[in-house]
Amino acid sequence: MNIFFHFGRYFIFIKRAFAKPEKFSIYVNRIFEEMNILGVGSLGIVAIISVFMGAVITIQSAFNFESPLIPYYAIGVAVRDSMILEFSPAIVSLILAGKVGSSIASEIGTMRVTEQIDALEIMGINSAGYLIFPKIVASVLFNPILIIFSMFLGVAGGYIFGVLAGVVSPHQFVYGIQYDFRPFNVVYALIKSGVFAFIIASVPAYHGYYTKGGALEVGRSSTKGVVYSSVLILAFDLILTQLLLS
Amino acid sequence: MIEINNISKSFAGKNVIHNISFCFEAGKTNMIIGESGSGKTTLLKCMVGLNELDTGQVLFDGRNFYDLDFNGKKEIRKEIGMLFQGGALFDSKTVEENVVFPISMFTDLSASEKKDRANFCLQRVNLENANHLYPSELSGGMKKRVAIARAIAVQPKYLFCDEPNSGLDPKTSIVIDNLIKEITEEYNITTMVITHDMNSVIEIGDNIMFIYKGQNWWEGDKREILKTDNKEVIDFVYATKFMKELKTKL
Repeated sequence: MNIFFHFGRYFIFIKRAFAKPEKFSIYVNRIFEEMNILGVGSLGIVAIISVFMGAVITIQSAFNFESPLIPYYAIGVAVRDSMILEFSPAIVSLILAGKVGSSIASEIGTMRVTEQIDALEIMGINSAGYLIFPKIVASVLFNPILIIFSMFLGVAGGYIFGVLAGVVSPHQFVYGIQYDFRPFNVVYALIKSGVFAFIIASVPAYHGYYTKGGALEVGRSSTKGVVYSSVLILAFDLILTQLLLS
Repeated sequence: MIEINNISKSFAGKNVIHNISFCFEAGKTNMIIGESGSGKTTLLKCMVGLNELDTGQVLFDGRNFYDLDFNGKKEIRKEIGMLFQGGALFDSKTVEENVVFPISMFTDLSASEKKDRANFCLQRVNLENANHLYPSELSGGMKKRVAIARAIAVQPKYLFCDEPNSGLDPKTSIVIDNLIKEITEEYNITTMVITHDMNSVIEIGDNIMFIYKGQNWWEGDKREILKTDNKEVIDFVYATKFMKELKTKL
């Protein structure tokens, strides 16, 4: 029964978050602020993870493609498709669920236990709308940018480390990343990244918003936000893959 | 004026407030006093809709808060200023931004007009040259004063104060009390103050309601409370040695 309670309350919460804003211009400013905090603030971690993921995929592919029947350019194909189809949208989103999700849950949870959310409500402001709507919109708009950024850096990381390690030549790698390229794969990745962004922003926000108690409960809400959003990302990864690629 | 009629609220089957009625007059400091856990804060939260009532009415100048839809409640809340126990200032905003926030939300004033209004409110609470400080850089008394400035920024008709003196030294407490009293009379606000500080009651209490075990046990003014023969009120008022000595002199 508990799951149905949370399910229902989550949808009521989202409905409130998407209610008509009190003042649109303030919400627009908030969206840009959140893009800066949640999106631009995540560029560094996304860059580091993507470069290393690309490098590791290159070296592992080279290790596994030792058969003379498999051409060397297959390494480039493997890196490109791994990054576009799964690593950039799913793994980077899981990392962001940890970084951004815990930040959102603890921020909103702290605001709840220090009565800042009550203060907004008393002023006649829809607290869910003012606090959560800009985070969701900023996340959904900026996450695809982060994912594209991750795809490029992942492939670049694979190229640099592959060439430096001598496992593939520059020509073979470049030929591989161009070979049989399907633009729909990028569309598929961007659709996934949009859905994951919604989960990353809304699920931890929900847990933070309904925090009761003090600092300990804020910590618990933060943990729950990250765990549930990570599980949902994996579940929707499977569902969307089945729907879009099968 | 705010009228509450037969308000009751229970949590998990336990009656926290029971059948309370009272009239909070405009331009007067209406105080709710009582022991810790007697239901004062629950009553306040029920009045502003932060807790849902079980039964009863809350009439803001004749408008029953609980008969209104979401937007109707929002309209009444725009007329409410509230001073929370901990201040509830927005951590991510400076003092000036905290005060400007409700003005930006509900008016179409220009940036300079908003700044002027914020400065006026901050001057009114004797807090100047603190505009660019963050709440974490303020003392307890300063936080309360910023919270009062934010509460009066959009000229509220109703002011709710939840233990405005908690955690403050006696001198700062008197400053905050007098500020609440002055603002109430100056702008003819219906002010409701929750406290268990008898100094505040004697200093600024125009109308007083004593809550005991979730019920309206006694009501009167600051002169009457010192002379009442109600046992529970006497136990509360004269709980400290200082007040007992005062009683012998009266």
